Amino acid sequence: MADFFKNIADQFVFNFIEGDRWQIILDGLLVTLKVTLFAALIGIALGFLVGLIRANRERNGRSRNFRYFRLEWLCDIYVTVIRGTPVMVQLLIIYFVVFAAVDIDKSLAAIIAFGFNSGAYVSEIFRSGILSIDIGQTEAGRSLGLTSAQTMVKVILPQAVKNALPALGNEMITLLKETSVVGYIGLVDLTKSYSIIQSRTLSAFWPLIAIALIYLVMVMGLTKLLGILERRLRQSDKR
Amino acid sequence: MISVKNLSKSFGDLQVLKNIDLEIAKGEKVVIIGPSGSGKSTLLRCLNLLETPTSGQIFLEESEITGKKQNIDRIRRRMGMVFQNFNLFPHMTVTENITLAPVMTKKLTKPEAAARAEQLLKRVGLSDKADSYPAQLSGGQKQRIAIVRALAMDPEVMLFDEPTSALDPEMVGEVLEVMRELAENNMTMVVVTHEMAFAREAATRILFMDEGKILEDAPPEEFFENPKNPRVKEFLSKIL
Repeated sequence: MADFFKNIADQFVFNFIEGDRWQIILDGLLVTLKVTLFAALIGIALGFLVGLIRANRERNGRSRNFRYFRLEWLCDIYVTVIRGTPVMVQLLIIYFVVFAAVDIDKSLAAIIAFGFNSGAYVSEIFRSGILSIDIGQTEAGRSLGLTSAQTMVKVILPQAVKNALPALGNEMITLLKETSVVGYIGLVDLTKSYSIIQSRTLSAFWPLIAIALIYLVMVMGLTKLLGILERRLRQSDKR
Repeated sequence: MISVKNLSKSFGDLQVLKNIDLEIAKGEKVVIIGPSGSGKSTLLRCLNLLETPTSGQIFLEESEITGKKQNIDRIRRRMGMVFQNFNLFPHMTVTENITLAPVMTKKLTKPEAAARAEQLLKRVGLSDKADSYPAQLSGGQKQRIAIVRALAMDPEVMLFDEPTSALDPEMVGEVLEVMRELAENNMTMVVVTHEMAFAREAATRILFMDEGKILEDAPPEEFFENPKNPRVKEFLSKIL
């Protein structure tokens, strides 16, 4: 038994401590966090706008203003194309096709690809969140003389965001894990960092276990954080 | 005060309102009754353009509500509306519900609106609920708050769309009491309701609608004692 633990301790030192190999994982983790964070910001901002435009059309009918109508049309195409193709293909196209001619930073390409990808899913989350609010809420706001923008901001969105939060949290968790394919454009993120350690130690076993644990801890932390936020927003539901 | 000219409304192929003409003077309390599907709620909702009329005109005083260039938000600030399902804002306290519109439309400053809310809550006996959320209130309390919320905008006319239909029977009284008090204070009111006792006491005029038309338009005594239209007689014999 003592041998068993001695063995694990030796493996740990060999895989992570010797040659400061933990530094490789840490660098990868920082790349993963950077890509996830900025992609999430782009995704939420873009998804919010697109979701708002699409929900508004469903509630109030297609716009008669031609310019705005084209915007609605653009949003439809965006959501259809992004949801209809794998995120990895989108990443490869962004890096190897769209930015083929320019020397773009790999993590920037990844941020753009995942930001646009996440935006499509987030837009559906916001759209369903807005549509989940009873039409009577809009009518009450408008009948009091609020403009449609005031009604949206003060009455509908606070409730819609609250309803959308669990699904939004889920999307953020998915995003964090999905960034693990950025190795395909040669970006060394948390996942890809195993291969560098492997090339030195000739074994992928320990780095992969460590990486899986790090993802798990991050997701659990994120879940906890979202739980706290949800409870705060549910204050008005108390009886 | 409100004048409706040749108003029609269709939902697809179904014509819900058929060439309605109606004049409502300041201070009148008009109760609209009729079977379900008769168009009474639609008529009421057309008055503040929650439904867009298919054709015809509606005027509030000198302003044409249905005019192309009309700023409907300004018109709506002059007309309060109370819904069957209250439609209080669940994420706001009672006071926030009441002060939202006056503050957002710059009608009152925040402290002014808060003072007005306090005064109105006192009037309906709900001062202790100022900081409660709608989920903590009974149906009757919610509807009284909804009335107060509309009154906070100091409307010239109040529209009620079946205000007691979603309430437990024992809560109907408290809401009608508030409406009666409003009527006594000379508020112009248009009320769609099934409460015949309220219609009899509080109304100055009763409209009977069926199949998108106003079939009878009479003061309450005449309406209940001596209706002219056979359809009204039939309706009254069923419910009274």
